Amino acid sequence: MTSRPTSADYIYSIFTDFTELHGDRRFGDDKAVIGGIAWLEDIPVTVIGIEKGHDTAERMERSFGAPEPEGYRKALRLMRQAEKFKRPVITFVDTSGAYCGIEAEERGQGAAIAENLMEMSALTVPVISILIGEGGSGGALALAVSDRVWMLENAVYSVISPEGCASILWRDTAKAAEAAAALCLTAQDALSLGIAEKVISEDRLGTDAFYTSLRNDIVREIRALMEAGDLRENRYMRFRSFGGYQS
Amino acid sequence: MMLNFEHKAVNELEKEGRSAAPLFGEAEVVCPNCHRTLKESQAEEMMMTCLCGHHFRIGARKRIGYMTDENSFQELFEDIVSTDPLSFPGYRDKLTKARSMSGEKEAVLTGTASINGVSADIFVMDPGFMMGSMGAGTGEKITRLFEHAMEHGLPVVGWTVSGGARMQEGLLSLMQMAKTSGAVRRHSDRGLLYLTVLTDPTTGGVTASFAMEGDIILAEPGATIGFAGKRVIEETVRQQLPKGFQTSESILEHGFADMIVRRSEEKEIISRLLRLHGYGR
Repeated sequence: MTSRPTSADYIYSIFTDFTELHGDRRFGDDKAVIGGIAWLEDIPVTVIGIEKGHDTAERMERSFGAPEPEGYRKALRLMRQAEKFKRPVITFVDTSGAYCGIEAEERGQGAAIAENLMEMSALTVPVISILIGEGGSGGALALAVSDRVWMLENAVYSVISPEGCASILWRDTAKAAEAAAALCLTAQDALSLGIAEKVISEDRLGTDAFYTSLRNDIVREIRALMEAGDLRENRYMRFRSFGGYQS
Repeated sequence: MMLNFEHKAVNELEKEGRSAAPLFGEAEVVCPNCHRTLKESQAEEMMMTCLCGHHFRIGARKRIGYMTDENSFQELFEDIVSTDPLSFPGYRDKLTKARSMSGEKEAVLTGTASINGVSADIFVMDPGFMMGSMGAGTGEKITRLFEHAMEHGLPVVGWTVSGGARMQEGLLSLMQMAKTSGAVRRHSDRGLLYLTVLTDPTTGGVTASFAMEGDIILAEPGATIGFAGKRVIEETVRQQLPKGFQTSESILEHGFADMIVRRSEEKEIISRLLRLHGYGR
């Protein structure tokens, strides 16, 4: 797990001239979220990633990739800029969830996530999200209301952690494996539910060939989306279709 | 029978605004705040609030009775219900139990109603149904309500109560957050008003989606309102939570609600706000 690439690894390997921008212009700069502008071949794009860090010191500094409201608001600021300058958006998602803290609650963690969900649904530029490790609930979804959601082969995406689920349902965190199976949280599960469009092989994870191949896929998809009619309407219908109800 | 109820069980019933059945005479409720015993009829007269100001949790039908004009509520989408898309262990039984306990088919009621003569689409969540947990049925009903309101040029007024996303539906329940938020945004783009009333408790995925997306956000006094659960926060930060943390009063102070409104005044304030936005003319 320690050698798994983080968002920064993807960003610096796939894009050129990545220029990091800081701050939410409201309160602070959350280091659990990095974002900025870069070239994707000849296309200027906005890139945002939830960053866990590489060594212990960096991980502490980045709250192990658990964003505060300021992280979501920074992401939103950058997405609004992308909308203004007609830049496609690529997000890298890797979080166990939004940070659970006193100040995070007091500064509106719920409201920050809610605003991102609402605003992302209305973007008219292409948005691709890639879940590279952990996709922890609303804290992950807040950067993934996208036209395309891709997942690494061993990435997970879940409404609750298996431990949390086991603790609530069976009052026994030892049953986490059972809960994980029931929650259908693997990339293959997400693919079969239509929640992800693509599963990315990890055979060559972290190698130059891996990043080149992923870059090519992103370029192809972004170009296709730039030609693809009413993105906003299609994105609404994409999420509109997720059910599991009868009428 | 009542004599054998454990204190905690009675307390749980009280929170939901229901009383334990008495052996003799009229049903009573005990206020979890001041521990005063009230006759149910007395509490009913105060819209299920206590003399000390405590607001009991109440079911969706009862709330609709308090908040809308008599016989004006016309239910919509009442046949939409969550299924068990992941065949999650024990979920079907839980749904059956929730339906029989609450008398409702889903955790939210949706429909159209008039509030002091002003027409609005409304949704009201029900604490008796898996504590208002958001499944695909819940998300679909709310999404359809916003689409219906768009078609008819109506404002939406929603009362939230929820423990969060319904984990038994896995990712599909998480996706309801994005789905409902998309519908709220489209309704908003038409220049239509969306007003939410946060009631006890409003937490998790509902807080992080349509509850906090209102143009105007009201909250009932003393309600628990937050994103993460208190226990999870305590375990993360390893310190005691401040007094009044995650209450209506605290979120008002931090700027995340417009006002705290007592249940007895809600209908008046809501209809005033609707009229100020040009509805009901």
